[in-house]
Amino acid sequence: MADDVTGSHVTIPHGQKSKTFKSTSEAVVVNTHTVFSVVKRLPEHIQVDDPDVLKKLAKKLERQQIPRRLDYGYKVSLFSHLLQYSRKAPLTQQLSIPSAVIHPAIVRLGLQYSQGIVAGSNARSIALLHAFKQVISDYTTPSNEELSRDLVNKLKPYISFLNQCRPLSASMGNAIKYIKKEISNIPSQFKEDDAKKKLLNCIECFIEEKIVLAAKAIAKSSIEKINDGDVILVYGCSSLVNHILCEAFEKGRKFRVIVVDSRPRLEGREALRRLVQKGISCTYVLISAVSYILPEVSKVFLGAHALLANGYVMSRVGTSQIALVAKAFNVPVLVCCETYKFCERVQTDSFVSNELDDPDDLIVTRKGETQLKDWQQVPRLGLLNLVYDVTPPDFVDLVITDLGMIPCTSVPVVLRVKNVDLL
Amino acid sequence: MPGPYRETDLTEKVEAFLSDLKRGGSGTGPLRGSAETARETTALLRRITAQVRWSSAGDLMEVIRKEGRRMSAAQPSETTVGNMIRRVLKIIREEYARSRGSSEEADQQESLHKLLTSGGLSEENFRQYFTALKANVIEAINELLTELEGTTDNIAMQALEHIHSNEVIMTIGRSRTVEAFLKDAARKRKFHVIVAECAPFCQGHEMATSLSKDGIETTVITDAAIFAVMSRVNKVIIGTQTVLANGGLRAVNGTHTLALAAKHHSTPLIVCAPMFKLSPQFPNEEDTFHKFVSPHEVLPFTEGEILSKVNVHCPVFDYVPPELITLFISNIGGHAPSYIYRLMSELYHPEDHEL
Repeated sequence: MADDVTGSHVTIPHGQKSKTFKSTSEAVVVNTHTVFSVVKRLPEHIQVDDPDVLKKLAKKLERQQIPRRLDYGYKVSLFSHLLQYSRKAPLTQQLSIPSAVIHPAIVRLGLQYSQGIVAGSNARSIALLHAFKQVISDYTTPSNEELSRDLVNKLKPYISFLNQCRPLSASMGNAIKYIKKEISNIPSQFKEDDAKKKLLNCIECFIEEKIVLAAKAIAKSSIEKINDGDVILVYGCSSLVNHILCEAFEKGRKFRVIVVDSRPRLEGREALRRLVQKGISCTYVLISAVSYILPEVSKVFLGAHALLANGYVMSRVGTSQIALVAKAFNVPVLVCCETYKFCERVQTDSFVSNELDDPDDLIVTRKGETQLKDWQQVPRLGLLNLVYDVTPPDFVDLVITDLGMIPCTSVPVVLRVKNVDLL
Repeated sequence: MPGPYRETDLTEKVEAFLSDLKRGGSGTGPLRGSAETARETTALLRRITAQVRWSSAGDLMEVIRKEGRRMSAAQPSETTVGNMIRRVLKIIREEYARSRGSSEEADQQESLHKLLTSGGLSEENFRQYFTALKANVIEAINELLTELEGTTDNIAMQALEHIHSNEVIMTIGRSRTVEAFLKDAARKRKFHVIVAECAPFCQGHEMATSLSKDGIETTVITDAAIFAVMSRVNKVIIGTQTVLANGGLRAVNGTHTLALAAKHHSTPLIVCAPMFKLSPQFPNEEDTFHKFVSPHEVLPFTEGEILSKVNVHCPVFDYVPPELITLFISNIGGHAPSYIYRLMSELYHPEDHEL
C-alpha cells in the first residue's frame, strides 16, 4: 500500500522502490502507479546550521576537488541556517590555473555569478546553457564508458562549483534537470558526434522555446492589458517586463512608466536606461516613495524569479511590499513569468529559503561620512542584505505565462500538466 | 538698556532664527531636532513678550501672530514653530481671562448650549490693560519651557510598560525620541531591534550604530525588506515629524509602507510623539502636504545621460492614516488615535488654528 500523498514530485530512479534520506521525516514506499511522493532532499545551502550536513558537503567537495567558500561576517540569528558570502572573496581565487577538474567556461561563469556580472534568472539560465554547450562540444567519451552516464557524472562537479559560487536559481535547476534527462535518454548506439549534435540541438531548442518564444507569447498577451493613457509601475530590472513594455511601445500604445528602485542593488537604473533608449517617458523613485506615487498608477507589472507550487511568487526583495501597497490602493498587480520558472517547492515566508548577499553592500558614504564603516567591530550590530522574498497570492491579481493568463492558484495545475507530459 | 538697542538686538535674533529655519529644511536631516526648534521658538517668543512694547493682550497677540506668520513661512514643513506660537497665544488668552476674573471655561467652550443661548460671537477684544499680565505670561511661558525640557525623558520613562523581554522591535529612520525610549528599556530588558535604513538619507544607519553601542542587539535592513521581515516582528515603534488633527501622521517616507505591513501582520504600531508635535492641520491640503528635496539624492548627476529625459521625485514625508496606528505615547501618557482631537482642543484655541 502506498501513500498517495500529494507533495513535491521527484523522479525516482528506475528500479528503486524505497529510499531513506537522512534529512527527511519518513521513508515512503512508492509503487510505480503513484506519481507523487513525499520524500525530498533538502538543499544544503539552507542547512548551514547543521554540522553533519556541512561535514558531508565538505567531503563531497573534496572528492570533486572543488574549493569551499567560507561564510563572511556576522549573521543575523534568524538567518543562521543560510550562507552569507563576501563579494571580495570569490571562489576562483582558490582554484589553481589551469584547473584540472573544472572546464574554463564554467570557471568564468562561476566568477560572473559570484561578482554579480550576470544577474537575473533568465540571464543566468541562458549563460549556464551556453556554458554547457561549450562543455559538451569539448567533451570526449573515455573508452569503456557510455556517453549517457559519463557526461552526467562529469557535470556533477561543475554544478557543485556553480552552487558554491552562488546558490542555483529555480530556473537554473529546471534547466539542469532537463539537460540531465536529455543526456540519460541518449540511446547507446549513437556515435559520439551524433550524440553531441543532438544534445546541442536540444539545448538550442530549450532556449528558443522556453525563453525566447515564451517571451514573445507573454508580450502578445500582455499588450492586450495595456491601454492608452496607462501609467505602469515596474520594480527593478526584469528582462521580461522590459521586453513587454518595449513591444507595447513599438505597437503604438501610449503609456508612461514609473520605475521603482531600491538599495543596495539599484537595478532599476538599468531598466530606466533601456526604457529611455526606446523613447518611453519614465519617472524614477525609490521604494520608500511608493505610497506617494501610487495614486497616479493604473497598473503594476512585476517580474518573478520563480512561482512556487502553493501560489506564492518568489521575486526580488521588495516585490511583496509593492504588491501590498498596490493592494491597499486598489491597483491591479500583474506578474509575468515563463513556465520554465515554475517550481515544485512550497514556501510561506521569506526566511526558510533565501539568499544572503554581501552585507558590506549596505554601507554608504553620505556627505563624507560613512556611518557603518566599522560595523564588524561593533559587537551587536548586524547588516542584513536579503535577495529574495515571497509574495502571497492574494496580493497578485493575474499571472501572465506563455500558456495564457492564469490566477496565482493555478500554478500547481500547470506543474502537474507539465510533469504528466514529461513522463 | 535703552529701547532702540533692545529692539535691534531682538530683530537680529529673529532674523538669525529665520535664516536657520530656512537652511535647516534642506531635507538632508534636520540641522536641529524638533525639540530644539520648539525650545528656541518658545525662548524667542518669551523674548518678544519681554522686550516689545505692548499695552494690552490684544497688541501682544497681534505682534506674536505677525512674527509667527513670518516664522512659519520660513519653513512651512517645520510645524513645531506654528504649534509653539499657538500654545503661547493660548497662554496669553488664559492669563488674560484669569486676570479679568472670569473662568476660562466660559470663554472657550463652544458647546451647543452656549451657541444657542449666547447668540453671536463672544465680544472679546482683549483691550483691557492689566499690570501683572506681562509677568504672568512670562511665567507661564517659562513653565512651558520646563515642560519642553522634560518631554523626551517623560516618554522614555514609559518604555518598560510597553516592551517585554526577548521582543523583536522594528523602527524606521532616526528619531531621538524612539532612541531614548529604546535605550531606557534596554537598561532592564533584553530585546532585538531591526532598523529600516530609510533611503535615500539613510538615517537608520546612525540610529543603528547608536543603539548597538548601548548594548542593544540591532540589525540594519534595507527598505525593500520591510515586508519580508515583518512576520517576525512583535512591535513597531516609530517617531514622527507631525501628528495631524485627525490622528494621522506626517512621518518620514517609507512609514506608510511600514504601517501597511504591520496592519497586514496585525502587529501593533506605536508612535512616540511629544505633545508639541501635535498640529491643528488636516491632511487634505494636497499641495502643501508634501515636501520635496533635490532629486540628486535619488538619481545622482553621474547618470547624466538619462537625467534629462526622466522625472525624478524625492518626497520627504508620507501620510499615515489613523486607522493604521494602535497607540500614541506622549509625555502625558498613552492615547488612542481617536483621542487626539480632544487633546488638541485643550492645547490650542480654535481661533488660533489659522495664524
